[in-house]
Amino acid sequence: MFESPVIPETQALPGSSLMPLTVKGLRLELGGAKVLNALDLALPPAGCTMIMGPNGAGKSLLLKLLHGLMPPTSGTIDWAGTPAAQATKQQALVFQKPVLLRRSVAANVDFVLKTRGKDQAERNTLLDHVGLLHKAKQPARLLSGGEAQRLALARALASDPEVLFLDEPTASLDPASVLAIEAIVKEAKARGVRIIFVTHDMGQARRMADDVVFLHGGRVIEHSPAERFFPEPQSQAARDYLNGRIVV
Amino acid sequence: MQSLGDALGLALSLVLSGDPDLFEIVALSLQVSLTATAVACLIGLPVGALVAIGRFRGRGAVLIVMNALMGLPPVVVGLLVYLHLSRSGPLGFLGLLYTPTAMIIAQTILIAPIVAALSRQVLEDLHAEYAEQFRSLCLTRLQTVQALLWDARYSLLTVGLAGFGRAVAEVGAVIIVGGNIDHLTRVMTTAIALETSKGDLALALALGVILLVIALGVNAAVQSVRMTATRQAYV
Repeated sequence: MFESPVIPETQALPGSSLMPLTVKGLRLELGGAKVLNALDLALPPAGCTMIMGPNGAGKSLLLKLLHGLMPPTSGTIDWAGTPAAQATKQQALVFQKPVLLRRSVAANVDFVLKTRGKDQAERNTLLDHVGLLHKAKQPARLLSGGEAQRLALARALASDPEVLFLDEPTASLDPASVLAIEAIVKEAKARGVRIIFVTHDMGQARRMADDVVFLHGGRVIEHSPAERFFPEPQSQAARDYLNGRIVV
Repeated sequence: MQSLGDALGLALSLVLSGDPDLFEIVALSLQVSLTATAVACLIGLPVGALVAIGRFRGRGAVLIVMNALMGLPPVVVGLLVYLHLSRSGPLGFLGLLYTPTAMIIAQTILIAPIVAALSRQVLEDLHAEYAEQFRSLCLTRLQTVQALLWDARYSLLTVGLAGFGRAVAEVGAVIIVGGNIDHLTRVMTTAIALETSKGDLALALALGVILLVIALGVNAAVQSVRMTATRQAYV
């Protein structure tokens, strides 16, 4: 039997028009299958929330729903009074497999700056920030996996998001690339960007998380501060997951 | 009747001597077909892009019509354009019949559906890859179309090439609306048909050789551009 989720209290975040986030009764059915089921969630206004859970738990789909990329079957997603579909422009999402345009590294960032009506002079600052300024003229799709993900991050940050979603951005990257990505995300968080991060990497979750949402079977099983989640998971499913056992 | 060997020899001498009649025909062919290709791309690429990203009622029927129009019979197109441009037709007042402009119109009608249908497929595949990223960026439809057209530019070169190939090799429509008038509307394909019917295979073969060389040259140029783009992962 799963324990009731422990949900931290939410409070208004000065400077962020999108927080707090409140999700109520979220359901998603795909092809007749219930992928997310009566999911309730309330996120604290600042910091980095890790969404964890076994494969098929619905983590990536939850990110897409929160980002407004797809509508739920039922339920509400409320970004401080703004529905998810209208909050998308103030957010950015970095996919597990970065989708890079068939252009140079610089042109990939320019594309986002242009669509946001921003000064393209920011491009070099962003590329420098992610350590890719020296590759600005190179074709983006010839970058290594780690570089491609850093470019995806630079592009996401080019839109100046209030909320940054990251869907396993470091999966299959080497340790140095993982730390480079984490450093960029930490800097964004320090600047006040709200981070919502999906990962399977326990070490990364321990390094990055302020709070952890544990999903299983399309439900939030547990939501607690990171300092409590890792040493004392409240649910059997989370304990099994953290101990590397198959979660049933 | 000349033997094939004699005809080839004569053809070579015509090409090497820079025969002005021959090159006038070649120049007009290229002018008509390249213009028609450019106009067809201006029409076909945006149409292909809009259908590629659009999800609307009747889209399946539109796709069927677009694909079917790729096989438009040139003589039927020629006849329809003729009926519209002839003195008694609705556009007869323009006085375009038996002019290169009429030939460009006919070729444009022939190849615009080819460009639209082939580009639709190319852009739909690319859009499938980009769609979530573009939705995340909240791009407008216009921004999406512009981005897709730019990122598929090297693949679309091949689409344009297919259109040009169809245009420059086409004879049925241009002979009806152009009339194959010497020094005015005579192009390579209509000249080949005429000279062959007269038994003058030399000029016909010379034009045939040039047509093949042009086709090979354009293909080689496009292939070269594509290979460069592929090396840079832009395809």
